[in-house]
Amino acid sequence: MKNKRSLSAKEIQKRLDIYLDVEFTFYHNEKQAEILAALPLTQQQYILAWVQRTASTHHELGYQFMAHIIDILNDIDAQTIEAWALHAMDTYDVKGLYPALEVIRNVNNFLQLSHEKEAGAVLEDEAAILLHFVHGLSGRKLKLEQAEQAYTDTETIFLPALVAPLENKKQNFKLYKVMVAYLWAQARFGTYQIDLQQQVEKSENPEKFIRLFHAAETLRLEHCLARELPGLYRQLEEIKSQLDVTLLDKQWQTIRQQLSNETSTVKDTLDIVNKYLHQLEPFEPYCYQGLLQPELTARVMQARIEDEKKQLKNILRKLQDDFDEGKELKSPQSLPGKERFDLKDINEQNSQQDFTMELMLDDQPITPPDNVKNLMSSILQDLGEIPEEYLVAAGDGEYDPSFFEEKEDDPDEVWKGTYHEEGAFLYNEWDFKRQNYRKNWCAVREKMVKPIYDDFVSKTMSKHGRLIRHLRKTFEAMRDENKLLKRQTNGDEVDIDAYVEALADAQDGSEMSERLYMQMQRHERNIAVCFMVDMSGSTKGWINDAEREALILLCESLESLGDRYAIYGFSGMARKRCEIYTIKEFNDNYDDEVKARISGIEPKDYTRMGFAIRHLNKKLLDVDAKTRILITISDGKPDDYDSYRGEYGIEDTRRALIETRREGIHPYCITIDSEAKEYLPHMYGAAAYTVIDEVRELPLKVSDIYRRLTT
Amino acid sequence: MQVQAKKTEEFYIKEEPFYQPVADEIKIFEAAYQQNLPILLKGPTGCGKTRFMEYMAWYLKKPLITVSCHDDLTASDLVGRYLIQGGNTIWVDGPLARAVRAGAICYLDEIVEARKDTMVVIHPLADDRRVLPMEKLGEIIEANDDFCLSISYNPGYQSVLKDLKQSTRQRFIALQFDYPAAEIEATIIATETGIDEATATNLVKFANMTRNLKGSGLEEGASTRLLVHAAKLMHSGIESTMAVHSAISQALTDDSDMLAAVNELCSSVF
Repeated sequence: MKNKRSLSAKEIQKRLDIYLDVEFTFYHNEKQAEILAALPLTQQQYILAWVQRTASTHHELGYQFMAHIIDILNDIDAQTIEAWALHAMDTYDVKGLYPALEVIRNVNNFLQLSHEKEAGAVLEDEAAILLHFVHGLSGRKLKLEQAEQAYTDTETIFLPALVAPLENKKQNFKLYKVMVAYLWAQARFGTYQIDLQQQVEKSENPEKFIRLFHAAETLRLEHCLARELPGLYRQLEEIKSQLDVTLLDKQWQTIRQQLSNETSTVKDTLDIVNKYLHQLEPFEPYCYQGLLQPELTARVMQARIEDEKKQLKNILRKLQDDFDEGKELKSPQSLPGKERFDLKDINEQNSQQDFTMELMLDDQPITPPDNVKNLMSSILQDLGEIPEEYLVAAGDGEYDPSFFEEKEDDPDEVWKGTYHEEGAFLYNEWDFKRQNYRKNWCAVREKMVKPIYDDFVSKTMSKHGRLIRHLRKTFEAMRDENKLLKRQTNGDEVDIDAYVEALADAQDGSEMSERLYMQMQRHERNIAVCFMVDMSGSTKGWINDAEREALILLCESLESLGDRYAIYGFSGMARKRCEIYTIKEFNDNYDDEVKARISGIEPKDYTRMGFAIRHLNKKLLDVDAKTRILITISDGKPDDYDSYRGEYGIEDTRRALIETRREGIHPYCITIDSEAKEYLPHMYGAAAYTVIDEVRELPLKVSDIYRRLTT
Repeated sequence: MQVQAKKTEEFYIKEEPFYQPVADEIKIFEAAYQQNLPILLKGPTGCGKTRFMEYMAWYLKKPLITVSCHDDLTASDLVGRYLIQGGNTIWVDGPLARAVRAGAICYLDEIVEARKDTMVVIHPLADDRRVLPMEKLGEIIEANDDFCLSISYNPGYQSVLKDLKQSTRQRFIALQFDYPAAEIEATIIATETGIDEATATNLVKFANMTRNLKGSGLEEGASTRLLVHAAKLMHSGIESTMAVHSAISQALTDDSDMLAAVNELCSSVF
């Protein structure tokens, strides 16, 4: 084939006019078009495609991208260009237009950063491993978060986003690990057991005091690490030697000696610092040691100490109550308020190491549940001991049973504030124009459908009485039945028929069969199905009624079948307000409350579908089943208040369904939209949907479709 | 060498198995045995339940019949069934029936794995009746005085399907097993495998790290059994991180992040 000629400047300009919406935005693109016209066709097409993708996010972004890409086209490879454009679009999603334009303009900055990223370790990539790592170490379970500098507030370890002083990724990862271990050691070996903030304020030279304290404490913690994690300590030394750390002078070496003792505590560090405050200069901080944040830590610790005291006292009260209940008769000595709890140290020689206390109640050892053990070791970590006042069970006034309920934010409460993402599930959304995901785009919240106890269920039952009886019968017939397999080579019982036949065979000289046994075989229907019900505003009226009736019929049928099923409603208003309404979870029984919730299903807002599919996928994957099915009951195409219209919504839904299939879940759609044939095959595939023409047929059809689907 | 096949009920454990008692479990088991009470061993996998049974069988000088339960284990597999031989059917006792007749200790390992209906056949054996009804024979065997029923169960399984029914569990004397305290566990590993105490202590330290991860990424921490495996590898000259990687990390998880984290923990200790 003849080589295709390049596009002319005019042709290019025509395309750019469309991509950049020049009719309204008035960008001048003649100059760029001319430059582009000089390039070969493949490069032209490549650039135009990316201009289109970036411009779909924001026109200005597309325009700037085009303006800059021409300058650097020859310097960087395609992969980097793509990373650069995607990074700009992600920045736009998270921070808005100006920071995104900054990314485009500072392309050199991006290039340098990506070089660094190549050799350096990136927190985002390593966080999962580091978090598991720090959870494996003993003591309080610390969290990981990103920050400018490395430090810890004894609850969270903060780490920089990128670590790159060493030559390759592997080495830099090791540095991350050493940082984590060192900060863990601060929390574990009691750096904050003294009130550091108070000490700083007291000091004549606070600035020098903190530097000196940090240096000396680092030496002490290094010894702790060497003792606890010798392998890690070797890596720490190796990193230090690579970074040409200056050796300690004589004075510091002596101090190191003094602090390298099994029994050295933070108090020893403090004594030394106070003693030498004027004669000693701190050495250059090590690369892993980060910052000390006495003020912040003091605040975090104070809140925690108070909270944990309350928690412990409440838990002890509960243990005590359970204990008394077990004894039945209350002996006179068990007066409330009397000190009945005690701690016995069962392992004295290395109390520094692990939590080896035994909890005693009325002089009898009791095994505290794991959460109590964790709580007590956390207190021990903060205070170095468990004070006696902690060991008195909460009196009636202090006792607060809500401590034992899991605290969860009430979604409605959160909404009263401004757009809060706290506690919400975040899901990506597919942007077809960008050909990539928008990261953490939808904030999804689970809510309960408010149960309404009315006569809807009983009315439906009597309205469809005959149908329900019929459905029950059909579904019961599908139930897994134990099959007696005859003529097996082995089994539980002798198959007399086969045996008689075999004996007859033997008599007349033919060969005797070996298949003489019967075996009971069970066929298990190992199916979990999740129903996703459209609760958008458009279902108002008889569609909603039909949906609810369909669900009642479905539940009746499924109850007689025994498959595990869950029902959720979905609706949303823009990406920050996606809502999943729980109607029945997999573990819920089909009881009056569930019935009342079905009755309480009411139309809400819009039909954003992608997030619901993604969220319910996760729910389905949590259930242990051989076959997982996700059935959507809907009345129209995906649609939302913001850009989730038309093709965008359809493409995102399609993408979400592709993810579903990739996870091994079978999606299916039942719809009453007569136009559905235009878009459903594209979303669900040709055979995975049913269109119901008459709304009033929905209740009859849904159960029927389910039956066909699973046999 | 001549290999001698023995009937299960004639299988005695002749040499004392190594078992390090943690609390009063031996005394309690012995008392329950004297009183004809059935015993339930609870505890995570690989913490020494089976070894304890072997030790008790040796200690009480009784034959031990172990049945590892699986999800296809039926009542006939325990009680017995008819087989065809020549022109006739003959009855063959299952392991439970053999133990009941001969007065052996019958140990049903991981009982929850078995089919639900198998549980029912042990019920009459596990209360004061101490009989085994053999429906197909139309007979009831009274248990020999020496017979002892013991089952094991791992409450760590979170699955609702694999829970022990109240009607079953309330018939047994329950003994709780857990991973032994650090020093004891180190001694066990050193004695079992012949590695030095220091390495054994490090192994236990590492095991406790993986146990910290239980619930936040791992289903179970490293069991004593896995530690013994790793120690055996080390004893035959495999470098320690490699031994831990093959014997422990890979056995614990398939998740690549978790594997990396576990390996990092290991390299921090050794």
